[in-house]
Amino acid sequence: METPNLTKKRIKDYLDVGKRFDSRELLEHRDIEIEIGVSKNAEGSARVRLGETEVIAGIKLGVGAPYPDHEEEGTMITTMELLPLSSERFEYGPPRINAIEMARVVDRGIRESGFIDFKKLCIKKGEKVWTVFVDIYSINNRGNLLDASCLAAVAALLTAKMPKYDEKLERVKYGELTSKKIPLTKVVPITLTFHKIGNNLLIDPVLEEEDASEVRLTLTLTQNDKKEVIINAAQKGNEGTFTEEELSKILDLAEKTYKKLEKEVEDKIEKSLKEKK
Amino acid sequence: MSYTKRIDGRKFDELRKTRAEIGVVPNADGSALFAFGDTIAIAAVYGPKQLHPQHLQNPEKGVLRVVYDMLSFSVTERKRPGPSRRSQEISKVTEWALVPVIQLENFQNTVIDVHISILQANASTRCAGINAAALALAHAGVPMTELVSSVSIGKVDDRIVTDLTKEEEDYKDGEGSTDIPMAFSSKTGKITLLQTDGEIRPKQMKEAIEQGKKACKEIYEIQKKVLKEFNKEK
Repeated sequence: METPNLTKKRIKDYLDVGKRFDSRELLEHRDIEIEIGVSKNAEGSARVRLGETEVIAGIKLGVGAPYPDHEEEGTMITTMELLPLSSERFEYGPPRINAIEMARVVDRGIRESGFIDFKKLCIKKGEKVWTVFVDIYSINNRGNLLDASCLAAVAALLTAKMPKYDEKLERVKYGELTSKKIPLTKVVPITLTFHKIGNNLLIDPVLEEEDASEVRLTLTLTQNDKKEVIINAAQKGNEGTFTEEELSKILDLAEKTYKKLEKEVEDKIEKSLKEKK
Repeated sequence: MSYTKRIDGRKFDELRKTRAEIGVVPNADGSALFAFGDTIAIAAVYGPKQLHPQHLQNPEKGVLRVVYDMLSFSVTERKRPGPSRRSQEISKVTEWALVPVIQLENFQNTVIDVHISILQANASTRCAGINAAALALAHAGVPMTELVSSVSIGKVDDRIVTDLTKEEEDYKDGEGSTDIPMAFSSKTGKITLLQTDGEIRPKQMKEAIEQGKKACKEIYEIQKKVLKEFNKEK
């Protein structure tokens, strides 16, 4: 059900005095749970929960032709499926614009951050390269699927193993994984979406807050060697607008929030890895 | 070597040669062409008109529907005709870039269709499309509180550049290339579009936005001029 205007107004009134329905601070995210290896047949997989919001991401590898302008680099395809099982708002059928947008924003963040070392995914220059499929499914939508999706994609990639490749038949031997990980770099991209409701900026909205949001800015952030925060991708969404001051404030907040979040996410993935072993 | 001179010899904050025309599609209620150098976009507006099917109608305000697409031969390697994920996303962000200035509340139950076609592409196609669409909407007489102007600001190596070209977009040396398409509303200076591809520090992002604002003011003057001239001719 679409959130009633009355609720949206109440959300805004609360935010104006610094309160949220679930008593979080405006820049406080819900509890993050990361569980890796949720699907045995996938090359890598992860489940991420942000409060009650849940998504699953799986990695599969295939072999295909490279892009003509990047003959020595592997490719990546990201899809997002908003399953009807996860919300009464979603329906079966080809992906609609919100799923397409989410997939593309996640894709762009991972790609531009240089997280995957595509050069190492080349099998035969100009002819055969590995294609990384990042498939994300919503399991329960209680808002902020986008940030959860990026977390899940990153966690799944971090744990993914290369499948075996039959050189003679030039085919992937599916079902047999090597012990080799997918070539990744050191950066860990994190996606953070800021929402504006009235004059308030908040992160990690629940569904009702997301409905009340006038405009959002999604940033995918990483860190360079000097520990400086880098923006790798940005996307303004929805019909509202930002003033320059608001944008400047978001950029400052993003830097701070990233530093805090990055540590937490890495620890959680590490912990989940240990539990699996 | 750092990027000290632009490939096409422009100043770092200089736009490519722009071209704007009104009324390029006589059948439409409003239409326009906008070009940044070799990037050429045309936009046509049909409406406000009744929206079918009826269940898509909004009794509170009109609906803006944007379709952006590239012609198959507008790029070096043929683009498969028909909508792609990329074009659908660009259509949506273009919609979001334009909606804030259109007084849709006067047009309950109607739709305004904006069709954008890229005739020739050399980077910044979405920005050219937005500029053309804003002109076409004005030409169609759709009530707007202000105009929208869009530009792509780039970071090539460590330099912030205005209106980057495909060649600059593909720049690999140093810090590489970052593309930041953005749009500003003309009067209140609100940011209605912002995307980023690449890597940039928050501080440089702020610089890029300043430079984008300046470039959009120039584009606004171009838009204003062509609209005034068109009205005089009539």
